[in-house]
Amino acid sequence: MSTPTSTLIELNNLTKTYGQGSAAFQALKGINLKIDKGEFVSIMGPSGSGKSTLMNLLGCLDRPTTGAYRYEGIAVESLNSVQRSLLRRYALGFIFQGFNLLARTSAIENVELPLLYRGIKRAERHEMARRALAQVGLPDKERNTPAELSGGQQQRVAIARAIVTNPSTLFADEPTGNLDSQTTCEIMELLTQLNSERGITILMVTHEDDVAQYAKRTVRVIDGLIDHDQTHHRIAAQ
Amino acid sequence: MLIMLTNAFLIALREIKRNLTRAFLTVLGIIIGVAAVVTMVTLGEGTTAAVKNQISDLGSNLVMVRPGSGFGPRASSAGVPNFTESDVTAIAEQISGVAAIAPVRTASLSTIYLQEARNTSIIGTTVDYFSINKWSLASGRFFTEADARTGEAVAVIGNTVKTELFGSEDPIGKKIRVGQASLQVIGLLKAKGQAGMGDQDDTIVVPLTTMQRRLGGRTSSRDVSQMSISAEDDYNSDLLISEISSLLRQRRNIQSNQDDNFTVFDTRQIAETLSSSTELMTMLLSAVAGVSLLVGGIGIMNIMLVSVTERTREIGIRLAIGATAKEVLWQFLVEALTLSCVGGMIGIGLALVFCQVLAPLIQIPFSFNLEINLIAFAFSAIVGIVFGFAPARRASKLDPIDALRHE
Repeated sequence: MSTPTSTLIELNNLTKTYGQGSAAFQALKGINLKIDKGEFVSIMGPSGSGKSTLMNLLGCLDRPTTGAYRYEGIAVESLNSVQRSLLRRYALGFIFQGFNLLARTSAIENVELPLLYRGIKRAERHEMARRALAQVGLPDKERNTPAELSGGQQQRVAIARAIVTNPSTLFADEPTGNLDSQTTCEIMELLTQLNSERGITILMVTHEDDVAQYAKRTVRVIDGLIDHDQTHHRIAAQ
Repeated sequence: MLIMLTNAFLIALREIKRNLTRAFLTVLGIIIGVAAVVTMVTLGEGTTAAVKNQISDLGSNLVMVRPGSGFGPRASSAGVPNFTESDVTAIAEQISGVAAIAPVRTASLSTIYLQEARNTSIIGTTVDYFSINKWSLASGRFFTEADARTGEAVAVIGNTVKTELFGSEDPIGKKIRVGQASLQVIGLLKAKGQAGMGDQDDTIVVPLTTMQRRLGGRTSSRDVSQMSISAEDDYNSDLLISEISSLLRQRRNIQSNQDDNFTVFDTRQIAETLSSSTELMTMLLSAVAGVSLLVGGIGIMNIMLVSVTERTREIGIRLAIGATAKEVLWQFLVEALTLSCVGGMIGIGLALVFCQVLAPLIQIPFSFNLEINLIAFAFSAIVGIVFGFAPARRASKLDPIDALRHE
């Protein structure tokens, strides 16, 4: 595994402007941020603060207007859309508030989806997906479709899909936004475990303080700028 | 590239499996279109083949001479004089290459046996008529030179006449009433079947003399309404036809600036005329069926476009987990292509069943035509690519963030 001090993500005066001319809106006004490998960072902020924009840029789903973004030394801002796709495919994993599983598709097929794009052979694909499902605690739900699973179980399938490719970073966009407090705890425990046991760097957007507490570091974004950046000891778990 | 394509195929198959009902409805248009085209062409060709068979049953070296112009549906003989028996003799004696010639007089008369009555076309001719027209006997005998000389009250009947008048009864030796005469049935002709030419078996053949002397009415004239000629085996049909024409022009006193008022034609010409009309018919029907195939293709495009909107979030997920725009394009294209190809295959299968069932019903031979099946299949594949491209392109142009937010 990586040494805990090596830099994974480095943002340098990153800005993002939507629209043009008088209708232009600057969502990010110059973000400087450094994230090391193995960190668990929560990004907080009120709606419209730019935290989702920041997340999309970090997740290589979007390109910054100005500024530099280094991911493991790669200049992401100058990658074209195919290169960004490949970076997402090989290095990043995503989980979303709305789970975003394919409907009418079994859990195992959902988990296999990213492997399909990697061109991994059927038997191996199956085995990897099975292991990922076991790891998120759903070894017996392989054949169930999303409609047959609870919200917590669906999010577990989504996590399995995100980690099946063994990504270096996991992006979580309000992962517990649709879940009750009991399930929220379970999901957060799972993410904490993935972070500590597998060393996966986790970047999580949330607006709930108690969810943010699971992270080792909280970055607060207000009006397109980082308001404060605080490393803390976990109060929950352990 | 190959890996990407296999992948696209795999993903597309999963998508189709996921939405089987929608997939089926999508390809229904293609299925119907392909089935219609293949069925039309196959049956059309069967009809052409049946017509050709029947014409070859007429005899390959048969030459016919009729008053008026043209033959088939365009024939017109109004006001044109018939031939005479001396015309027949002249042709037999003066034209080399004529193996046999039979004068033919036709009349439509009511025919009665016990309670059964119907109108039948009666042919008055000579003995050679049977061999020239390749008739053979199912039972009984043909009439003889002796019968013809004396104008015996005998008749040889076709299979349709037998079925209509006698049912399952044996007609040989029975007396039937034809016009004003009572004739004894001495022979039953072997059936030739029907298609294109009308029912050839609906006929009664009597000696020409019998017709002139016994049947009464206008049939007593000494005119000949038609001549059937069988040519020598190695005859040159064009030469023979032109020789007969010039002889008849001379005998009928036609000036050099006047058109023929009679027609000489051989079976080859009948075959060409009839098959060109059945082929035209086949083409027309196939064109109509082709339009339905096109409509089927538009159906695929429609459903694929709708499904791009419907599946925006799915596309977003795929893009987020690392699919490239090109891979999404291929997925949708392969989906459309797979659907249309599978539809094409089902359509071909369906057409095969239709043809198997319909061909015997309309009495034509059924032959599997590889070419039209391949063309129909290729066309359905092209439809898939052409109409699948627009939706696929639209899907690949989606922005992952917008697509993920789509509700």
